[in-house]
Amino acid sequence: MNSQNAHIQTHAIDPSKLAFGTTTTRLEDEDICLRVNNLQLFYGDKRALNDVNMVIPRKRVTAFIGPSGCGKSTLLRCFNRMNDLVDGVRIEGEIQLDGEDINDRNIDISALRRRVGMVFQRPNPFPKSIYENVAYGLRLQGINKRHILDESVEWALKSAALWNEVQDRLHESAMGLSGGQQQRLVIARAVAIKPEVLLLDEPASALDPISTLKIEELIYELKSDYTIVIVTHNMQQAARVSDYTAFMYMGDLIEFGATDKLFTNPEKKQTEDYITGRYG
Amino acid sequence: MSLHISQQFNTDLETVRNKVMTMGGLVETHVQSACLALIEGDAVLAERIVENDFKVNAMEVSIDEQCTNIIARRQPTASDLRLVMMIVKTITDLERIGDEAEKVARMARELAEEGGASGNFPEIRHLGDHVRKMLHDALDAFARMDIEAAILTAAEDQRIDQEYESMVRQLITRMMEDPRCIKRSISVLWAARALERIGDHSKNICEYVIYLVKGKDVRHTTVEQLQKELHDKQ
Repeated sequence: MNSQNAHIQTHAIDPSKLAFGTTTTRLEDEDICLRVNNLQLFYGDKRALNDVNMVIPRKRVTAFIGPSGCGKSTLLRCFNRMNDLVDGVRIEGEIQLDGEDINDRNIDISALRRRVGMVFQRPNPFPKSIYENVAYGLRLQGINKRHILDESVEWALKSAALWNEVQDRLHESAMGLSGGQQQRLVIARAVAIKPEVLLLDEPASALDPISTLKIEELIYELKSDYTIVIVTHNMQQAARVSDYTAFMYMGDLIEFGATDKLFTNPEKKQTEDYITGRYG
Repeated sequence: MSLHISQQFNTDLETVRNKVMTMGGLVETHVQSACLALIEGDAVLAERIVENDFKVNAMEVSIDEQCTNIIARRQPTASDLRLVMMIVKTITDLERIGDEAEKVARMARELAEEGGASGNFPEIRHLGDHVRKMLHDALDAFARMDIEAAILTAAEDQRIDQEYESMVRQLITRMMEDPRCIKRSISVLWAARALERIGDHSKNICEYVIYLVKGKDVRHTTVEQLQKELHDKQ
């Protein structure tokens, strides 16, 4: 049919020219929040992170995936220096938060942890009331005015999609909440002090599917205000919630890129084998 | 490619792949028989193809369902995902090829009923052989995940188009020379058109093979662009 259509030129479709545009996420277009340069971490003699270089884009969700012991949680904990609490840890290389080296001797660690909040695998509410759990960080900062605390607690609980469920029992013990509610309470406690970065270490692994979906929905909502880094064993969860995914293996960062690309057409065979569930 | 940790997942994907090959084989037979019926004026053979097209349709539905189940149960990713997506598209093209073969068979039946068809269509024999080989090569490229073969086979579509056009010109000349053969010539033209469409569908299958292996969507590009793109990346 060539000669009949010879006057019609065919071109490859350029998605950017289509009316409905494109949803492609590109690391080059992002505002970078955290930069990791040649990071190495040793537990005694054992090297747990091996020359990791990556960036964490601002107001995006970045997921770390990989088998157990691959160093994803270790890397996550470097971002607010939680590894300082472990004996015999030595760190080389640098991590910059907005251009500032967080491992610098002069850095104020409490200030750093205010900017970089963290939520753990198991919900860990304090044995206090729901209200006091959320207000805890604010009180630590010396905020004691009742109306400011009330406002902040309400705002944080709303951000964590928990307000509707607990507004009538704010002064009851947080230990009476369900696991999913406790986890959202802990997230509310973390966001109450308005950090820039939120680190989530397996936030949904101890929860049932519905609570998990609520947490995932919450992550989606929170990313308009926070930079979120999440460690997860659940690959489908990483695929659902994240914009960027990093695959780690035995302390190496194997592949890091847009989630859409990594889950449909990964570049490295190791990544392919892991996400498709093959023998490495 | 190494095996999945889940044996069942391997089996699921292998089964659905084999079914596609079976469907491809059946469709290929239909194309071949339809051409034969047309050339030999064999109304019985033509009838059999028309009657058997439902088998191709049934296979499409069954494979489609199986792919849906794999997506629901296994949430395939990366090359597994591309394989399932590619199969869903391939079977649509195969089903359409089946329909085109049925059209050729209908024309063959019509021409045979009018009588005296044999030996009248050397061009259609050649076009038919060409198209059947292209379909065969496309399926072969899929079975072996061979992108070089897929590119070569996709390029054949242009030659089939040219062959079709020269047949159209011949038939027009014949119709002008002898208006009594207009009806027959139009039937032959329809058959040729159906064969040309089979070439287009086979080309689609080649493009899906490239998507499967390379993860790159090459639909709506020219063969030259396609070759350049892939060789640049290698």
